[in-house]
Amino acid sequence: MILRRVQYEAAAHAVGPFLAALEDWRQRRRKRPARESPFAPPLESLRALKDMMMVHYLSGRYADGAVPVAWVTSGFPVEMLRTLGYHTVYPENHAAICGVQRIVPALSDAVEAQGYSRDLCSYVRSDLGSLDTGKSPVGRLPRPDLLACCTNICQTVLYWYRDLARRFDVPLVLVDTPFIYGEPAPHQTRYVVDQLEEAIVIAERVAKRPLDREAFSETVRLSREGSDLWGQCLDTARSRPAPWTGVDGFFHLGPVVALRGTEACNAYYRTLLDELKDRVARGIGGLKGEERHRLLWDNLPVWYATREITTLLGSQGFNFVCTTYTNAWAEASSLIDPADPMTSGARSYSQIMLNRDLPNKLRLLERLSREFGADGAVLHSDRSCKPYSIGQVDLKDRLARDLGIKTLLLEADHNDPRSWASELSANRIGAFMESFS
Amino acid sequence: MSAAAAIGVDVGSTTCKVVAIDGAGALVDRRVEPTDPRIERQVERLVGEVRAAAGRDLPVGATGYGRKRVPGARALTEITCHARGAFARAGRAGTLVDMGGQDTKVIRIGPSGEVVDFAMNDKCAAGTGRFLEVILGRLQVPFEGLAELVAGASRPVPVSSTCTVFAESEVISLVASDEPLDGIVKGLHVALASRVAALARGVPPGDEILMSGGVALNGAMVASLREALSRPVRVLPDPQLTGAVGAALSVLPGPAAR
Repeated sequence: MILRRVQYEAAAHAVGPFLAALEDWRQRRRKRPARESPFAPPLESLRALKDMMMVHYLSGRYADGAVPVAWVTSGFPVEMLRTLGYHTVYPENHAAICGVQRIVPALSDAVEAQGYSRDLCSYVRSDLGSLDTGKSPVGRLPRPDLLACCTNICQTVLYWYRDLARRFDVPLVLVDTPFIYGEPAPHQTRYVVDQLEEAIVIAERVAKRPLDREAFSETVRLSREGSDLWGQCLDTARSRPAPWTGVDGFFHLGPVVALRGTEACNAYYRTLLDELKDRVARGIGGLKGEERHRLLWDNLPVWYATREITTLLGSQGFNFVCTTYTNAWAEASSLIDPADPMTSGARSYSQIMLNRDLPNKLRLLERLSREFGADGAVLHSDRSCKPYSIGQVDLKDRLARDLGIKTLLLEADHNDPRSWASELSANRIGAFMESFS
Repeated sequence: MSAAAAIGVDVGSTTCKVVAIDGAGALVDRRVEPTDPRIERQVERLVGEVRAAAGRDLPVGATGYGRKRVPGARALTEITCHARGAFARAGRAGTLVDMGGQDTKVIRIGPSGEVVDFAMNDKCAAGTGRFLEVILGRLQVPFEGLAELVAGASRPVPVSSTCTVFAESEVISLVASDEPLDGIVKGLHVALASRVAALARGVPPGDEILMSGGVALNGAMVASLREALSRPVRVLPDPQLTGAVGAALSVLPGPAAR
């Protein structure tokens, strides 16, 4: 246990940062010819982001046996676990890394061979496939002591985490958030608060320590500050030209998803915000050339084809300036009050976009379109994420009719490239761009 | 006949169309052939023929899946070209259903002939000309007399599969169950039309629908679509050439060009 803890701390504070610095040095020395691209040079902060995520995953390899480990859904109120000293692993974030690395077909084949349907979410297939095959771009994930699942993003996570609980034979804490039509009713909030209290009891038992309520408030404060900082980063794209692209936002999202509630996460976003503000002040845009049109993106990214899509659009002066996906984390902890973490947390995590009705999503799309000055919208109809994709045809019609915005419904899957038709999609994107002229 | 002013090429999945139009956008020459896998060679020959007939060099616009393999041409997507071609032919804004070999598109055309919005079938051939071609081939039903065969059917035999491969198996089972051939063929058309109608949702009721693409030459499909949409369907003149005409219009010198 002590040796394991030493390994974990060394990975997090010495070996990890050293390897990250070494990789930076090698990258700087490597004289690769610049790739032909319509994008401005990458943000300097990207290096710090890569280092941070690398250290997170490297230290994770030594976390089991050293500190309590929890596998967590992206919408789970993580602040309680953070305060109890858990190392948190986000299987969705890990799955997205598998998607970017394009190893999902092999992982999915492994679980499909066991009878899991291809119609299941590709994040689920990626992670279960990674468990079964032992293949992972991050080496390995630590074995969980606790599984923490919140249904505010979808119902699939419930079955996914039950499957994990069976595999690992560890406790599963579930926070079931009632779907919110309009505003959350008091009894709905009470129902979630009760579950949070129960979750804390189980998490305390697994961590073998009580939750320090003062420290909990501090984590909540950090979490809220992290969400606010992330929101400010996104808001810089209201400028013309936007200082970065939607692609940048997808990747810089990592810390607020996986390290929300830590000072390291917030420090990173302060650096990023400074750089973005500096770009705005100097008139540097995310595109090399003129930003002719500003687009909104709806739904998860198409992780394996993000560059393909944005390069096609970017080469004609189309830039994604806002996305409902990245915005979700600016709102995730925005309502949490450190003075009353339980009630405010219950309200905040119940009001995540995916747990609210369609009129709310329409208002969000309209607000983002107006505030960011979008004249077009690409709605990714995601084969793997039905809760996010439902209603998009109506949303698309409303955006076109009410705001005069050109829209495109793009069919894909966020993680499985077998559901991606490159030529067909390029044709539709081409027609979409032509419709602006 | 007035002088040719521009050439349009539409390299589709099934046929390759090359047209010449005059300064007013009227069709003055045409070539239609099954698409050759060696697209460049075929296009070079057909464009050469049309140029020779015109007696001079002309600007070329290209569309269709092979558009990027037409040298020296301005390449635009089929969606834009069909909208432009249909607008020129119909002389008004409206909703166009284009049914080609590989895909079906529903395009909303604005008051200046621009694309306002479009929807297409997904990565599946079940809403396309290829679907009919495969299954009619299997049933050995010739294209000639198809409209009469369908019109004469007493009732459509329901075909529930929306996948070309499964529909083929289903149709074979229906034949084996001694269902009438004309009813099966009618059922196929009804199934296809219902898929297109789903794409055309949101079109104001009563509005006449414009139709283009090779499948518009199939009278049985036009009738089925009319029924599925519960509104008039107007087939554009030379429906198969609409995209090529739109491509030619996009390079037409002068005010007609866009």
